[in-house]
This record gives sequence, structure tokens and C-alpha cells, in this order.
Amino acid sequence: MTRPIYKPDATDRRIINALQEGFPLCSRPFAEVASRLGIAEDNLIARLDRLRKRGAITRFGPFFDAAAMGGAFCLCAMAVPKAQFDAIAEKVNAYPEVAHNYQRAHKLNMWFVLATERPQDIEAAAGAIEEETGLAVLRFPKLEEFYIGFRVMA
Amino acid sequence: MTIDATDRRIVEATQAGLPLSPTPYAEIAASLGLEEDEVIDRLAALQARGVIRRIGIAPNHYRLGMVANGMTVWDVDDRSASRLGVQVGNLDFVSHCYLRPRALPVWPYNLFAMVHGTNRAQVEDKRAKIAALLGSACRESDTLYSTRILKKTGLRLGREGSA
Repeated sequence: MTRPIYKPDATDRRIINALQEGFPLCSRPFAEVASRLGIAEDNLIARLDRLRKRGAITRFGPFFDAAAMGGAFCLCAMAVPKAQFDAIAEKVNAYPEVAHNYQRAHKLNMWFVLATERPQDIEAAAGAIEEETGLAVLRFPKLEEFYIGFRVMA
Repeated sequence: MTIDATDRRIVEATQAGLPLSPTPYAEIAASLGLEEDEVIDRLAALQARGVIRRIGIAPNHYRLGMVANGMTVWDVDDRSASRLGVQVGNLDFVSHCYLRPRALPVWPYNLFAMVHGTNRAQVEDKRAKIAALLGSACRESDTLYSTRILKKTGLRLGREGSA
């Protein structure tokens, strides 16, 4: 969070907004998007390369639904004593099933997502983390998702 | 729903991202010994089946200056939670919105809505809009600000058989 902020220019912003909506499946997809944005194909590719290298975008590509491939996601939370926090974070992050992990300001101060290829692996991973850390892992699987896509900027 | 072995190879080849070349699908096809058309057709079929939710970018909120990240959580009357969840999810500043089980007594909240802003005041502003929308159907709420990203990798499929 202390890393410098990337200041996108107007064209970067249009690219970021447009590519959150989707990316075409055709032989020259960058050319198609570029022509919609009124810029050159190589300019679009160079800007995406820069956005990626500067960390302004974390991913560019298909977003898979683990559940649709037979896998599962589960949001989990733990109340980790302050003195142990970094050591526990290291243990939790070492699990490949932990897709992301955030520290949050709350008694439940560690929030992570388990992503596994089979639903039963969620319980196995959560149980293993409980055993290794001696802390309860609260499970918050999604019951319903109100999914409308992604938008960050105007 | 399952995916076949060729689909799986395409998933493995693209889950870290698409190549930034004028013909990204042709490059993936070449790396897998497939035809470009087959890769495009299979990706389209995966998208139609919902295995691929979308193709595009994931912006890094922090790096773009949206450094305040609040997970707003709400204890919403079960009878109206689905209906109100749709409305909250439709707010243009809510990036993710889910209904989840409560964990009583420590966790009374069932509706989760992720809100980002350039500072906490912006997040509070947006949070107030959600509160207004939920009205009396919401009994209690909280906002959990993220203070540190500890890990962020996304889903990674292992090689078939090794997962």
C-alpha cells in the first residue's frame, strides 16, 4: 500500500474501462479493441504492457469460474493474536489453496479465499489450517452472488 | 460441469494471462499444438458455459489510487436479502456483492459488498448510500478496511493428476 500510485492518462483510463467489459475472441482482438477506442493496435498493446509492468493491472486474460469447472471458492476468516500475526500469515499463505489473503481492521483480522479444484478440498484445507495454527477458521461460502461485472473508474 | 483434457490445457495455458501480441490466441494455439480457430472456438464455448466469466483485465485498485478498500457487511432480514442484494450489486461503485452464512454469535452479517475509494471518506460516502438503500431491512452493519494485502495469486490449476 506504500507503493507509488500509477497515474493513468485519459487513454489509459478508456482502456482500463473498456477492457473490464470484455475482450474479443477473434484473430486480431487488440486491433478490434483499438479501432473501437480510436487508437493504433501497437499503441494499445504497448499501453497494456506498461500498465501490467507498473502493476496498474493485476491480470489480463480469461477469468475462470472454479465452480463451473467442478471446483470451489470459500471466503474464510480468522481472529489472529497480534503478536503471532506475521507468523500465522506465513503459514496460511504457504497453502496453495489460499488464492488471496487480506489483513483487515477487525477482531476477525485475517480474511482469505480458498480456491480448490474439488469442493471437498475446501474443508480439507480449512481443517489443515486450523490444525496447524490452532485457530478457528470461520467459513463464509457464498450462498448467492450478485454479479454485474467490474468497474473501477469513470 | 467438467471440462475435457484439451480445454484443461487451454485453461492452464491462459490462467496466468494472455500474451500481449497482435495474435494472442494463435500464440497459445502454437504452444499447445492446436489450431488458432480451435482455441478461439473452445474459449468461446467455455465462456458460453460460464466456465470463463469474462475475458479482460483486473485493475489493481491500490496502484490506481483507490487505496481505501472497505468490505462493508450487513445483517439483512433473510426475507428481503436476495432482492436487496441484487440492488446493492447494481450500484456502480460496488465491485463484488455476496450473500453468505452468518457465524453467530461472533458474526451477524449475511450481505457482503466490496467498496473502493481514494480515501476512507469516499468509502463512507458510498457506504451511506448502501445503508439508505437497505433501510430498515438492515439491523446492524460494519466496514472492514483492508490494512495489508498478504497474498494475491488467484486460482491456479495444478497439472492434471498432480492437484
